[in-house]
Amino acid sequence: MIINVQDPSLEAHNLTVIYHRKPVLWNIDFSLPKGEIIGIMGPNGAGKSTLIKAILELAPLNSGYSKIFGKSLNEVRKKVSYIPQRQTIDWDFPASVSDVVMMGRYPSLGLFKRITKSDREIVRLALEQVNMTEYANRQISQLSGGQQQRVFLARALAQQADLYLLDEPFVGVDASTEAAIMQLLRTMKNEGKTIVVVHHDLHTAAEYFNWLVLINASLIASGPTEKVFTDELLRNTYSGKLTVLSQVGDVMREQNFPVREK
Amino acid sequence: MNVNDIQIVLTASLVTLACVIPGCFLVLRRMTMFGDAISHAVLPGIVAAFLFSGSLNGIAMIIGASLTGLLVTLLIELIQKKMRISPDASIGITYTFLFAIGVIMVSLLSNQTDLDQECVLYGDITLVPLDLGMWGIPRQIWIASILDIVLIITLLVGYRGLWVSTFDPSFAAATGIATVFWHYLLMGMVSLSTVTAFESVGAIMVIALLTGPAATAALFARSLPRMLVIASISGIISCILGYILATILDASIAGAIAVMNGLLFFISLLIRKFIRN
Repeated sequence: MIINVQDPSLEAHNLTVIYHRKPVLWNIDFSLPKGEIIGIMGPNGAGKSTLIKAILELAPLNSGYSKIFGKSLNEVRKKVSYIPQRQTIDWDFPASVSDVVMMGRYPSLGLFKRITKSDREIVRLALEQVNMTEYANRQISQLSGGQQQRVFLARALAQQADLYLLDEPFVGVDASTEAAIMQLLRTMKNEGKTIVVVHHDLHTAAEYFNWLVLINASLIASGPTEKVFTDELLRNTYSGKLTVLSQVGDVMREQNFPVREK
Repeated sequence: MNVNDIQIVLTASLVTLACVIPGCFLVLRRMTMFGDAISHAVLPGIVAAFLFSGSLNGIAMIIGASLTGLLVTLLIELIQKKMRISPDASIGITYTFLFAIGVIMVSLLSNQTDLDQECVLYGDITLVPLDLGMWGIPRQIWIASILDIVLIITLLVGYRGLWVSTFDPSFAAATGIATVFWHYLLMGMVSLSTVTAFESVGAIMVIALLTGPAATAALFARSLPRMLVIASISGIISCILGYILATILDASIAGAIAVMNGLLFFISLLIRKFIRN
């Protein structure tokens, strides 16, 4: 089940990444629609994060290429915002919340241009959107996991991109932050932004995403959630080992979408 | 307190400043061992430059040290990435190898020149006032001042690149910042500060100046600019106190300064614990 789209936001062709002779990604080929919230799912070690890194040229490609809005990454870099996993950062770093969010302005400022009033305004608005205004001058070492994730999201918002790539944004985050982030992502989607989320929680997948990409080193499926979120495809993705997971799939189909009503 | 004292403390402070600038970034990147590696591994470069130019000052030495500094960085990464050997092992083997070559070169040369092992390993800051340069100001003060200015300009111009690639390398790379360039620029800065510090404190003690003030500042600083300022102040205080200690004990000045850097750090650690409770 691999559905391709016309005029894609993001397309990958034959992406292959091999680390130490072990294929992490194998011949991944898909195209994603614009203006949707897209989930990339698969078991641990399936290469979900590597896929995003390969698209951003942060992981060395052994073969294949990807295009964003029909162009190469270098042509559209300013339109792309990457939110790495929160845990890859040293949060004891001497920096304030607004220092980090201001970083989102650097792609348009370059390394030397001065920060202007409008940059500060954009940062202020971004913090407001993630409900972190009162934390603007707070040390980042004093933040909770959920607040850290909000800061990362604010930094991405300050970039004013069209495509957002989030790597496991809900890991170690409290339920209220998760709900707030999801609400924000939906608002962004309504503004026409494309959002790609690496995610591992099957319970929430059907509720969160309009489009799903299932990978396990190679591409298992890519398409609208209602077509892809099936027992069989999930079983293929998770190698059928985890029976619990296929039961989750059953439950979800029985109850119809969305599973979790507010 | 006479002119000599002031000149020695001033030299030590200028040298400290040169080390503090890249030192803060090393501490934040958790790469201080890279600083230790570079400060040792530049030795063969310095000796080669000495052979080439016949003196222990000037451009030749800076070029020699910078080249070997970058060479050791390159070697460490090459061994680590291509051969899949752990970072600490590749640092350990690479820099001791280069440093040992330098030591052999020095010992072969020591009969013919004024370059000896003692001076290379421990430096000799007491000689500063004897070696005068332009306008009767010691040569060491000239060298350290010029290198300080170069490092400060590099810091100001490259601030954004250095800070983003230190704080969040994958974000930096995704936005098109050449993180590899900033990495090597930082290592180049470490090489420069090493050359500056070499004659006065010697290869062994450079790491104290690279790490001590920056680690102390990291305990209190709330932003990167403040960290750089606090580290500079703490480093200069260590120079003054270290010099006093050395005079009282009639001991090695470089050693006393390194001890003071350590002492300031441990005291700061206690103070911070006290504040937090």
